[in-house]
Amino acid sequence: MVNLNVNIAGLNLKNPVTTASGTFGFGEEFEDFIDLNRLGGIFVKGLTLKNREGNDYPRMAETPSGMLNAVGLQNKGIDYFLNTIYPKIKKWDTEIFPNINGSVVEDYIAVAEKLNDVEGIHGLELNISCPNVKEGGMAFGVSCPSAMAVTRAVREVYDKIIIVKLSPNVTDITEIAKGVESAGADAVSLVNTLLGMAIDAHTRKPILSTITGGLSGPAIKPVALRMVWQVYNAVKIPIVGIGGIMNATDAIEFMLAGSSAIQVGTANFIDPQISIKIIDGIKEYCSNNGIANVADLTGALIT
Amino acid sequence: MKRVQDFNVVGYNWLNKDNYIITLSSDSDIENIDPGNFAEIKVPNSPDVFLRRPISVLDVDHGENTIKFYIKAMGKGTRQLGNLDVDSKVNIVYPLGNSFSIIHRKKVLIVGGGSGIAPFIMLASKLIDVSTEVTFLIGARSKGDVFLTDEFNKFGKVLVTTEDGSMGEKGLVTQHSIFAGNMDFDHIYTCGPDPMMKAVAQIAHEKNIPCEASLENMMACGIGACLCCVTPTVRGNECVCTEGPVFNSKDLKW
Repeated sequence: MVNLNVNIAGLNLKNPVTTASGTFGFGEEFEDFIDLNRLGGIFVKGLTLKNREGNDYPRMAETPSGMLNAVGLQNKGIDYFLNTIYPKIKKWDTEIFPNINGSVVEDYIAVAEKLNDVEGIHGLELNISCPNVKEGGMAFGVSCPSAMAVTRAVREVYDKIIIVKLSPNVTDITEIAKGVESAGADAVSLVNTLLGMAIDAHTRKPILSTITGGLSGPAIKPVALRMVWQVYNAVKIPIVGIGGIMNATDAIEFMLAGSSAIQVGTANFIDPQISIKIIDGIKEYCSNNGIANVADLTGALIT
Repeated sequence: MKRVQDFNVVGYNWLNKDNYIITLSSDSDIENIDPGNFAEIKVPNSPDVFLRRPISVLDVDHGENTIKFYIKAMGKGTRQLGNLDVDSKVNIVYPLGNSFSIIHRKKVLIVGGGSGIAPFIMLASKLIDVSTEVTFLIGARSKGDVFLTDEFNKFGKVLVTTEDGSMGEKGLVTQHSIFAGNMDFDHIYTCGPDPMMKAVAQIAHEKNIPCEASLENMMACGIGACLCCVTPTVRGNECVCTEGPVFNSKDLKW
């Protein structure tokens, strides 16, 4: 028997496999394909205080071993989530983590306040790393003082678990990780997408309406692994590893580098059942390797 | 219900060097598929094709458990899909998206261009079943680019326009003489390149005929999770994969 439970800042997840914000909708989109009750958690589509229409089409470009997106946080706002979506998805026996975004610190505060009293939601992901919005988003996550300021502000109004989602588009991610840890973050998730670009040589035009966008998929995995390893060695709070995880082996690598849990992102677009396959694969790996507790893999890299 | 299913390649019917019909079969039952639905096909043996390819379903046979797709080889993915060995495995996610309205006991016009003709065999078959009279108008660059007319002929009158005049009337579909003067169609369906659909929708609006357009936006997930394939509508940006691909053309702000 393998114990798949992991602990994120006091919150038990039934297994380390969660789904990344922006790649799994609100979970409902995958209901036909998998038993959502089996997931360790779902980080739902990014939420803002008010309705956002997002960026113009085209918002996506396929790239070698990955894709660029420039969705720009299209969503119907936190109230719509709480009144219309959450009542439908709370039935699942898995942790739901809202991913919150803002143009200004006050937006983050207002969204966090609305989530604080929601029974059944035990934590949120503070997104300071979205590369696809003109104001706020990644701007908060690429400077240590602003990352700390927004974390501190949300900490003041939110009593439950805050997982700060970090941007890889920085010189030294450990500085930001240490900063948000000292500002009250309970955990960090990393990495968000890498800022990238795609050009159509025939038309001489950028493919994305926003010119630049966020790169995800296996193309970014080595960068993400490296950053998880660096952050693991720099902070005490748990890490949720993200970045091009396509299978159980990738997930285990992220745990060995220091992740307590992982998020499956872009892989959900290619195989809507991949999250469950990854859970099964991790279990099998543990069985085959005599690992009784999957949590023992966290940071177990042999160097 | 949407599902992920493995199929095997039965064979190809190449229409010319760039256009083909692929037939796939499955050991298990095939889900119900409505005209306009599409599938997300995983391109096998092609590591440099990262995402699935969204392709309209051409036809389905529930007795034989086969499904057909008409594909225009435009890039690496669609070319590789045309180059698989018989019996090789193809994984698809389907049925996705909404479908065309089935109008009973009326007269309808179906306007298609390029690979946009794919959903129209299933559509016409359903329309005929409910006593609706179908007229097809197919637009192409040249005679060699006009496909499936034999199939369409089984269901109704087929009109053609070619840009070089090598078949049917010369010009764009919207320049066809059928659009001149009064039209007694109750409904227009269109699928093809955006400029063609926009022009068809414009005529439909002027003549006060309801028009449905099936969009072909680039997609990643195909199931409404990534929000990449949106089109602007009167209700805001909507996913073509879940709110479409078929839209009432009056709702589109394209």
